[in-house]
Amino acid sequence: MSVAVASSAVGPGNHAGFYEDEVIRKFVVATMFWGVVGFLVGTYIAFELAYPVLNLDLPWTTFGRLRPVHTSAVIFAFGGNALLGTSFYVVQRTCRAPLFGGAALGNFVFWGYQAFIVLAASGYVLGITQSKEYAEPEWYTDLWLTIVWVAYLVCFVGTVMRRREPHIYVANWFYLAFIITIAMLHIVNNLAVPVSFFGTKSYIVWSGVQDAMTQWWYGHNAVGFFLTSGFLGIMYYFIPKQAERPVYSYRLSIVHFWTLIFIYIWAGPHHLHYTALPDWTQTLGMVFSIVLWMPSWGGMINGVMTLSGAWDKLRTDPILRFLVVSVAFYGMSTFEGPMMSIKAVNSLSHYTDWTIGHVHSGALGWVAMISFGAVYFLVPRLWNRQRLYSLRLVTYHFWISTIGIVLYITAMWISGIMQGLMWRAYDSLGFLQYSFIETVEAMHPYYVIRALGGLFFLIGSLVMVYNLVRTVRGDLRREAAFERPRAAVAPNAAE
Amino acid sequence: MKHELFERNVIILSVAVLITVAIGGLVQLVPLFTMEQTIEQVEGVRPYSPLELAGRNIYVREGCYLCHSQMIRTFRDEDERYGHYSLAAESMYDHPFQWGSKRTGPDLARVGGKYSNDWHALHLQDPRAVVPESVMPPYAHLATTELKFGDVAQHMQTLRTVGVPYTDADIAEAKSDLKAQAVGDGDTAALLERYPKAVVGDFDGDPSRVTEMDAVIAYLQMLGTLVDFSQYKAEPSFR
Repeated sequence: MSVAVASSAVGPGNHAGFYEDEVIRKFVVATMFWGVVGFLVGTYIAFELAYPVLNLDLPWTTFGRLRPVHTSAVIFAFGGNALLGTSFYVVQRTCRAPLFGGAALGNFVFWGYQAFIVLAASGYVLGITQSKEYAEPEWYTDLWLTIVWVAYLVCFVGTVMRRREPHIYVANWFYLAFIITIAMLHIVNNLAVPVSFFGTKSYIVWSGVQDAMTQWWYGHNAVGFFLTSGFLGIMYYFIPKQAERPVYSYRLSIVHFWTLIFIYIWAGPHHLHYTALPDWTQTLGMVFSIVLWMPSWGGMINGVMTLSGAWDKLRTDPILRFLVVSVAFYGMSTFEGPMMSIKAVNSLSHYTDWTIGHVHSGALGWVAMISFGAVYFLVPRLWNRQRLYSLRLVTYHFWISTIGIVLYITAMWISGIMQGLMWRAYDSLGFLQYSFIETVEAMHPYYVIRALGGLFFLIGSLVMVYNLVRTVRGDLRREAAFERPRAAVAPNAAE
Repeated sequence: MKHELFERNVIILSVAVLITVAIGGLVQLVPLFTMEQTIEQVEGVRPYSPLELAGRNIYVREGCYLCHSQMIRTFRDEDERYGHYSLAAESMYDHPFQWGSKRTGPDLARVGGKYSNDWHALHLQDPRAVVPESVMPPYAHLATTELKFGDVAQHMQTLRTVGVPYTDADIAEAKSDLKAQAVGDGDTAALLERYPKAVVGDFDGDPSRVTEMDAVIAYLQMLGTLVDFSQYKAEPSFR
């Protein structure tokens, strides 16, 4: 039923004035801008780890201050703008209703969100941080985000309530779960008492082991609801649209939606295995993390199988290739995650680069690639262009970033596992075989490879920006058509 | 029940989502605050002295937790490399916790007393002067920046509102305690009574002023030193 909604959603460009698209254009520009910033900072700090002289001996450019700039820029700025922008696009189309609150509320959400990013990032550089991973912004920035988020929720839910479709389309369930859960996590994890009303410093109300659990309840579900649920919303709209096929299974989407959101929340303690967190909590977290594999793959299957009967398009349509390969990366990292949450595996992987590699196979492979696919889909439609400037450049972008990801995650697998093994290695006399600094030294070549991987990814995104700028300017690159498999079928059809 | 119910009413869908996502957190979080076994009873853990607190705030400001954990896991190799596994009680006054998630550098949960003050000062200013293979950023500016501690009492007051048991006297004497610990003169007896095992001394080698370096080293030098593990016995079947 709801599948039919997707295919009946209106086509590009013919509804000027009905939908509130101006704000979505802004979100798309912001997505690309922050994406490049986030990749650039990430690449820079990756080189800092390989060549520490790049810390420049200045307080503002140390790894410790720039790393949150990188993570916030890619998660909240790049990913966040992609989510907010696509959700506004999807909710209007699938509800056949203009945005609730119109341009005014939409623009408030847009500018309010950009202000949040600037407040947060400028704070990190100056040393204003809570030092809670992925929840670094201080109390005043947190309060501001809460206001913006409520406006976003009103905008989204209001649009759904105005809908002219009987059913709420599945993509909107995922967006809604993302908005609601992030609100809950954000508020609880950031409860803090400021030292003074005019100062930036606050103290979080939680402490020690409770703070650790609250933080990873938040932190893992920033992955689960920001980087997964929201992006599954993107998947459920843009893959069917680009493939021109209905969602594979309506029933599967219901089952995996509810199980995913129920189970994800329990997975946080796997970040705290063998720590001072009580054992019962650790084990509970591990069990749910392993179970989580199933609903995750339910989503992957639903996304990939949507191509049933349209597999040939992967050969000719590089945008679809971005979207589908992102789902494949999603499947890979949601297998790796449950595996790493097993206590025995985690005893090796925790505290090492393996975790960093795992995060990036999800962040680069899944989150960034599906965002790229969605942005490539959106730009010609939002700017009323016939097509993208160049599909050839999309193909180049795809391969450059794929090579980057492969370099990145393989380097981190090797360095992470090696690091874990070296830490626990004993010599024949029963002494620890390696000093800590020897393990640091051994990481160097992998840090260089990782940084190069990041550089590839950054270059890919610049190719994309160039392509999009030319598209918006209305340029069309004359390109030989891609191989058309249907042409090969034609003689048979003629018989 | 038909799923149509949720697909046709966004309010019902929203409420159902909120209930679904709330359950896991409630089950895992609430008992941590109510079960007595969550944090073991041990001797020695105390709130941070004013200077240590200032140092910890610099540690937080610089994002040290991104490369250094403060949580020794229950493994033989970690025990031998870093010391006794960390107890929940040892971070009970940590707002926020700084257990970390990555060891680009070594764990610091028990770094206190392992190196001299001079070593720390040198190492923080230029890590590669002491450890050539290190990839740590230099923090030379800590030694040249005077510590701003005019509002240290206010910080302790705020911590008290979130549950750290600072007494009125602790707060009243905060500034003089801080100075006494950083230069090693003044009433260190009262300081040590309030904050047993606090490391007193001129940490950065410049007794004329209190710098951020003094504070950070004072903090590093007390990490993991409060519990006397020669006396500590884990309760059997604890948790």
